[in-house]
Amino acid sequence: MAKTFTQEFTKGLWEEIAPFRLVLGLCPVLGVTTTVENGIGMGLATTFVLVFSNLLVASLRNIIPSKVRIACYIIIIATFVVVIELLMQAFTYPLFLKLGVFIPLIVVNCIVLGRAEAFASKNSISFSIADGLGIGIGFTLSLAALGAVRELIGANNLTLWTTPTSVIGLQEVFGANFEPFAFMVQAPGAFVCLGLMLCGMNLLGSK
Amino acid sequence: MRELVTMVVVLTVLSAFSGGLLSGLRNATAARIEVQQLKFVKGPAIKAILTGATNDPITDRFALKDGDIERKFFVGKFDDKANTVVLESFGKGYGGDIGLMVGVNIEEDKIVGVSVTTHSETPGLGATAKDDPGFAAQFKGLSLNETFKVTNDGGKINALSGATITSRAVCVAATGAGSVYQKLKPQLVEKLKEFNQ
Repeated sequence: MAKTFTQEFTKGLWEEIAPFRLVLGLCPVLGVTTTVENGIGMGLATTFVLVFSNLLVASLRNIIPSKVRIACYIIIIATFVVVIELLMQAFTYPLFLKLGVFIPLIVVNCIVLGRAEAFASKNSISFSIADGLGIGIGFTLSLAALGAVRELIGANNLTLWTTPTSVIGLQEVFGANFEPFAFMVQAPGAFVCLGLMLCGMNLLGSK
Repeated sequence: MRELVTMVVVLTVLSAFSGGLLSGLRNATAARIEVQQLKFVKGPAIKAILTGATNDPITDRFALKDGDIERKFFVGKFDDKANTVVLESFGKGYGGDIGLMVGVNIEEDKIVGVSVTTHSETPGLGATAKDDPGFAAQFKGLSLNETFKVTNDGGKINALSGATITSRAVCVAATGAGSVYQKLKPQLVEKLKEFNQ
C-alpha cells in the first residue's frame, strides 16, 4: 500500500467517487440536488466535515479504544456538523434555509462515518486529509453534476450562486418556449437521473 | 478494568472537548446569526405583519427587560401614530422551538397579524405553518389577552392537517406572547410615546 498523497486525493474524484461508485450517502444526493447551488453548498459542507473528522480520527487513532470507536467517531463527526451548521447560519443564511434539515443529517451520512472507519482509523494524518478532501470534492462534483442535469431539464435554469440582490447563473437556458420537465426536480426524477448517470459512467469505464 | 477506565476517560474527554468547543462557537456566532435572521427571516415576517406601516419597523425597535430576559419589540406606525408592536415568542414544536412573530395593536389589545419565523418542522406537514397564510390569518383580530387553543382542545384555532403538535406549539407561542405583553404593557405604552414625538 505504498500510495502517494496525490493518489489518495485523486481516487475520490473518479475511481471511488462516492455517490456513483460506492452508491453511498444517497439521502442528500437525492434530496437536495434540485439546483446546482444546493448541490455545491451541501457538498462543501460535507467536505468540511469529512476533512476535519478524518483529521481528528487519524490523529486520535492510537488513543481511541476499539470497543467504543464508533461512539467516538460519531461525537467527532457530530461536533463538526454543528460547527458547520453554526457557521452557515452566521455567514450564508439563505443557503442554510434552503438546505435546512439536510445539514444536521450529515451526522448520519455513511460516507463520513465510512471514511473514518475504513480509512482514517488506519492511516496517517496527511493521507487522511488527502482522502477526506478527495472524497469530499468528488461528492461535491457529483452533487453539482446531478443538480445541473436536474435543474436544466426540470426548471430550465442553472443557478450557481444566489446573493441577496442577484442570481449568478443562467436563466431559461433552452429558451422561453421550453416546457420544463417538472418530473426531474421531484424525488423519483432524482433516482432516474442518478441511475442514468451511473449507467453512463459504467459505459465509459468498460471501454 | 484498565480497558474500562480508558474507554470512560476517552469518551468523557472527547465529549467535554466537543461541548466546550460548540458552546464557545455558539457564543461567538450568536450576534451574527441574529443579524442574519433579522435580515432574512424575521424582517420579512415583521414587514408582512405591519403591511401599510409608514415607518421601518426594523430600525424602530427597542428592548425591554423581562426579569432576566431581554425582549425585543418592533414598532409599527399607522397614520403617523405608533400604536402597534411586534414581539417574538416561542413554542415547542415537533422538531424544536418554533418562533412566532405576533403583532398587536396596543390601543385595542388585538392581534394585527402573526407569522412563523424560525422552525425545524417536517417539510410538507408542520412546515406549512410558515407557508399557509390561512392558518396564520385565524389569529388576526383576536384579543391577545385570551389563551389560544386548537379546536381539538376546545379552542378556536383550526389545526393544520397532519400537524397538530405544530399547531399547538403556535398556539402556545401566541399565548406566551400574550402573557409577556400583559406583563410589560405599561412600559410598552411609555416607550411608544417616545416614538410618537
